[in-house]
Amino acid sequence: MTYYFTRDHEWISVNATIEDAVATVGITDYAQAQLGDIVFVEVPPVGTIVEKGKEAAVVESVKAASDVYAPVSGEVVEANRALEGEPALVNTAPETDGWFFRLRLTNIAELHGLMDGEAYKTYVAGL
Amino acid sequence: MTINQSGWRPESPAQGNDPADVPTYTGNKALMLEEPLLFEIGDIGRTGVDLGERPRGESRLGGLERNRSIGLPGLTEPEAVRHYTRLSRQNYAIDLGLFPLGSCTMKHNPRLNERIARLPGFADIHPLAPIDTVQGALALIHLVGEWLKTLTGMPGIAMSPKAGAHGELCGLLAIRAALEARGDARQVVLVPESAHGTNPATAAFCGYAVENIPATDEGRVDLAALQARLGTDVAAVMITNPNTCGLFERDMIAIAEAVHAAGAFLYCDGANFNAIVGRVRPGDLGVDAMHINLHKTFSTPHGGGGPGAGPVVFSEALAPYAPLPFVEKQGEHFVLVEEETAAEHHGGAFGRMVAFHGQMGMFTRAAAYMLSHGADGLRQVSGDAVLAANYILRSLDDVLVAPFGASGPCMHEALFSDEGLAGGLSTIDIAKGLIDEGFHPMTMYFPLVVHGAMLIEPTETESKGALDQFIGALRSVAERAKAGDASLKTAPVHAPRRRLDETAAARKPVLVWKEPVQSQAAAE
Repeated sequence: MTYYFTRDHEWISVNATIEDAVATVGITDYAQAQLGDIVFVEVPPVGTIVEKGKEAAVVESVKAASDVYAPVSGEVVEANRALEGEPALVNTAPETDGWFFRLRLTNIAELHGLMDGEAYKTYVAGL
Repeated sequence: MTINQSGWRPESPAQGNDPADVPTYTGNKALMLEEPLLFEIGDIGRTGVDLGERPRGESRLGGLERNRSIGLPGLTEPEAVRHYTRLSRQNYAIDLGLFPLGSCTMKHNPRLNERIARLPGFADIHPLAPIDTVQGALALIHLVGEWLKTLTGMPGIAMSPKAGAHGELCGLLAIRAALEARGDARQVVLVPESAHGTNPATAAFCGYAVENIPATDEGRVDLAALQARLGTDVAAVMITNPNTCGLFERDMIAIAEAVHAAGAFLYCDGANFNAIVGRVRPGDLGVDAMHINLHKTFSTPHGGGGPGAGPVVFSEALAPYAPLPFVEKQGEHFVLVEEETAAEHHGGAFGRMVAFHGQMGMFTRAAAYMLSHGADGLRQVSGDAVLAANYILRSLDDVLVAPFGASGPCMHEALFSDEGLAGGLSTIDIAKGLIDEGFHPMTMYFPLVVHGAMLIEPTETESKGALDQFIGALRSVAERAKAGDASLKTAPVHAPRRRLDETAAARKPVLVWKEPVQSQAAAE
């Protein structure tokens, strides 16, 4: 799996080959630490068309409610229903079990505009 | 009668072991009273009212009538009165002390207002009473409207919106009506980061796409970014002035000119009008529509259930689209312009938002506030509100970080960040520490542009002594937080309940009381 990151602290992971053009999206460990205890997550229903940089999901913690933006454009093919009953997954496993939704990408080239793990680490260190 | 001239006050002698830890039979601690739920006090076999026999006769519910007890607890009248009185004693209120949430929630409600609102000519009339019998009430609505138009320098007004956000909706509906009247289908509303959170919600509710405009490093709208984004698709720009960073938007006139040049309208969130009332007329700045929260600027009751009132003032361009109904003075007579009477000269009105004329009880209180202060008094209100906030800002900016402290004086709100706190302590811990000091916490984690924001609005009614007391308390808690005092993590320790598990409360809320099984069996 290859992970890419946005400046708004979403991650998106794709298979190395990405033949099926399906990617998984979530928020980063840094984001969940900033938000604090997550109490509610709203994921988009399957079939939703999301646009790069536009709101795709909502995450609510004891501190704040925030929009989660789509790192790239695409169609939602699966949503993580587990988050409805157990939003704490975003705190405990933000970059694995706490994923938000899977996307079928409209334009794989959009991934190239995102940060890789190293670049994101440097970016977060500078915040 | 003898007068105590020695200054002696009764106090309890020093104790060795703290007897406060000894449990009592009731769980009460003298005046700190524990209070169970209503359901746990009452039972269905008791009642505080004497209801007559149910009239006999055939049911017309077609067999759908309930045939089981609904299990509502019956209480005697003293039990019911005591229940709510006891609960109220565990609460903090503006009548108990300074409320750093400020006018957003509640500022002092002068008792004179209450007296005026209870005059039978205002309190005992009905919205459907014949117009000729309520001329005084209509005159008062008109009077408040005229004051608001004069204070804002704007020619049109809608008195009916029921609260600030309702007023925002009213303003945007008028803007949409004006755009539709010229056949313009603009779809975007621009909202700066420093605006109130309700602004984007209102625009979205109206069906507009909302786009953010960034703030500058000094906490104001980025004029260049706004100008760059303005275009023929922008219906309106919503600005909060003074903004949520507690700063006056100095570029307001340039913003208005840019907005109008792009063919859009400028909405101003007037929630913070109490910082500028009597000093700045938004109409002079080029504002097209602005709501005024009567509870914030004109001292009507709010937090804890007081009804809102959010009159909206309009520029010349938007005034024809103001909603119905409204009061109009025709000679010496006041009339209520309604749908049936509006067609001739108010055909542009976008409709109506409420059943009647607005929140009469708030109008009477606001009128009492306006008339008792006078124009010079209202000018002093904003001056004192701003002075009190700056006193807090400058008294604490050596211990707490004021992110916009270098941007000049603040308006009616002092803003601090959580920078420099040690030991993993955060804004929430300072807030909880303030509870132990006997204060309600300030606004926390808002505005979002400031990390761990603490927003303090003392309002104009606090004496210097009260401000000093609050400053001393916050300084003490802030110093503990900067020293990493771990005991703050457990605060509050003196409140009726210690720190609550907000996470569990939000993740697994218990919203319904369930009768314990055994008492259900006993009841049936």
